[in-house]
Amino acid sequence: MGDHHHGPAKGLTRWMFTTNHKDIGTMYLWFSFAMFILGGAFAMIIRAELFQPGMQLIEPAFFNQMTTMHGLVMVFGAIMPAFVGLANWMIPMMIGAPDMALPRMNNWSFWILPPAFLLLASTLFMEGGAPAFGWTFYAPLSTTYAPPSVTYFIFSIHVLGLSSIMGSINIIATVMNMRAPGMTYMKMPLFVWTWLITAFLLVAVMPVLAGAVTMMLMDIHFGTSFFSAAGGGDPVLFQHIFWFFGHPEVYIIILPAFGVVSQIIPAFSRKPLFGYASMVYATAAIAFLSFVVWAHHMYTVGMPIAGELFFMYATMLIAVPTGVKVFNWITTMWRGALSFETPMLFCIGFLVLFTIGGFTGLMLSIAPADFQYHDSYFVVAHFHYVMVAGAVFSMTAAVYFWLPKWCGKMYNETMGKTHFWISFIGFNLAFFPQHFVGLAGMPRRIPDYALQFADFNMMSSIGAFIYGASQIMFLYNVIATIVAGKPTSDEKVWDGAEGLEWTVATPAPYHTFEVPPAVK
Amino acid sequence: MSSPTSGEYEAYYVPEKSKLAIFATIGLILSIYGAASVMNDMTFGDPDVATHSWSIFIVGLFVFVATLFNWFRITIRENIAGMNSAQLKKSYVLGMFWFIFSEVMFFFAFFGALFYVRNLVGPWLAGEGAGRMNGLLWEGFEYSWPMMQTPQEAVGGAGAQPIANNGSFTSAETSMAFSDARAWYAWLPMWNTLILLSSSVTCHIAHMGLLDGNRKKFNLWLGLTVALGIIFLGLQIFEYYEAYAHFGLTLNSGIYGSTFFMLTGFHGFHVAMGMTMLLIQWLRSVRGGHFTADDHFGFEASSWYWHFVDVVWVFLFLFVYIL
Repeated sequence: MGDHHHGPAKGLTRWMFTTNHKDIGTMYLWFSFAMFILGGAFAMIIRAELFQPGMQLIEPAFFNQMTTMHGLVMVFGAIMPAFVGLANWMIPMMIGAPDMALPRMNNWSFWILPPAFLLLASTLFMEGGAPAFGWTFYAPLSTTYAPPSVTYFIFSIHVLGLSSIMGSINIIATVMNMRAPGMTYMKMPLFVWTWLITAFLLVAVMPVLAGAVTMMLMDIHFGTSFFSAAGGGDPVLFQHIFWFFGHPEVYIIILPAFGVVSQIIPAFSRKPLFGYASMVYATAAIAFLSFVVWAHHMYTVGMPIAGELFFMYATMLIAVPTGVKVFNWITTMWRGALSFETPMLFCIGFLVLFTIGGFTGLMLSIAPADFQYHDSYFVVAHFHYVMVAGAVFSMTAAVYFWLPKWCGKMYNETMGKTHFWISFIGFNLAFFPQHFVGLAGMPRRIPDYALQFADFNMMSSIGAFIYGASQIMFLYNVIATIVAGKPTSDEKVWDGAEGLEWTVATPAPYHTFEVPPAVK
Repeated sequence: MSSPTSGEYEAYYVPEKSKLAIFATIGLILSIYGAASVMNDMTFGDPDVATHSWSIFIVGLFVFVATLFNWFRITIRENIAGMNSAQLKKSYVLGMFWFIFSEVMFFFAFFGALFYVRNLVGPWLAGEGAGRMNGLLWEGFEYSWPMMQTPQEAVGGAGAQPIANNGSFTSAETSMAFSDARAWYAWLPMWNTLILLSSSVTCHIAHMGLLDGNRKKFNLWLGLTVALGIIFLGLQIFEYYEAYAHFGLTLNSGIYGSTFFMLTGFHGFHVAMGMTMLLIQWLRSVRGGHFTADDHFGFEASSWYWHFVDVVWVFLFLFVYIL
């Protein structure tokens, strides 16, 4: 068996040649944080330009590149890999498995990510500039009118898709095949459940995205006419295919976040999760509905009225399972012995702000109302409430929650709480006013705006700078914990936490379960 | 890597470190960078300036294919050496199943595009649908499928187009659709269908042979399957030649050419992949004596893949050639 069972190898090759789920999870997490900083830097440039009306710092063309790259890097580089990293670290420990089911492929699905993003980021320095057509890359902006760098963008999307598909196949195989004896499906921690369903969504829709970018590639270089009406195709076809991927994609981002919150809230309420089974069914229902609501992103393209109505009602239905979840989280806290450590604070922040984002989503789902809100800053406010206060807040909560288990050291609680409050205030200052400017008619993706939006935009920019700066504090806290945090060897770092991951030693040994644990 | 059972349950499989992922990454990234550069040279580049795009692509592809070859070789050797636990074998089965599911979804995108264009976009471009202005944009365009005249040609070419011109598209002279019931025997897609469906049957007979422990039967019928796959691909290439040389049907022939070549092309690529997979299994059995009646997932996975491309073809035959 060799001595690889006793601990990690030394040096760089440990990371390059590893097949260990914890190493790979760690690499995913650090990589996603690096991308979070990069995407955040793009956001800071955007907010700096929008600090005042008029053109200050950058050219409009570069502004478009910034909005595009910010979205792509945050969605594909920061949030998705962060949750994959968390899945890598936690799923084997939560279900009593020694590792992921297919460990070598696991390493490959990580390692193709950094070069793919290097390729994507390098388009900023190419002739004609980086992609500037928005992260949704609608044709014909992304075909006929795209800069030459679009070809590299297309291939990097292919690689990201490949990475996601392999990662997801691995997660599905792990959950279906590697559970410890006695760990039935309905005993799995909710994080494992949400990831199983997310992985299914990924395997289902990433190939559709690959199809969309392949059609773009063919239109650009080989004379096909998928997205050109002159040849009998339709630019709107692109939007249908993109959003058939894109809507499940937003649940791919938020379902693991639901899983994280469902682990943390019970731990700090010192009560089991309320309505476990209904949480599972609600997750499955959301995933199913996500396939039949895509066109609510395109109410204004001129669909037949029957289509508008179908997609409107189907979209509103999603509020029901989502409401079940919010109800269950609140009921879990009801009469619990609550305490408010940093992970719990981020989860409560998630709960409040994600629900606001959910309600604005419900507003946007109403087709006639959406004709007013469409492509305005109201939409920007809406999806940042679910992406940042939803996905990123829960991810931050997860890092604080499991960091002591990962490295056997305790983070600085005061600094963690400060990080939460600065994030919370900065985030709301940045994005709450955007609802107002959006409703008042400010369009998204513009480098300049009318004078009446000046005050709210300045507030927004200040809030964004505060939120951005608070992430430096987060980074510092994590590094300080790893380097010089207060050692802890309690198996249960949090007294209310339940699950197999809290039964192993702290810090978690390099190989967790070499024989299956007993699950009651 | 595998270890004796300890306690009540079999001990888990914990793999060693592996360089495979890094080499596969280097190969993949070089080949996609090269491929993208080749395309950009073609579309945006200066033909007088020499670039290294092709070399990068070929080197990358070589590294990628060599690594994957080695990867599968290692996996096969581990299995033959008895290192794979029943649990790991099941992980491979699950992995293959979900991989094929992702392939199904890839084809779904292209079939979806075909249905959307045929049922909605075509009639809309011809002016149907309440409140639509397309009839004014593309005056004289009449929709039929296969689309033998693009909207652009209907208004008199790219120059006469009333909206921004984003490409010029020709129209096919002859379509690939079924036209003459009396000459069915001269219709190539029908032969292709018969060949591919038969190859699924021969593949299944080979599997039965293997389950019976009859290696001769397995080798014979699997070899026949591979041969049928090669014939199918040959006929597909002949069909493409005919399309370009005599039918005026090219990638540039509007949406009909786009959907026809992308659907049949990706299917043909998958047939080539499946054929290669089966060929390797055949070589393993003939030369290496691999596979037993109860341990032959390498073959079974390839046969699943083969049946999958077969089913895709049935849909292609229906929606691209017949209906």
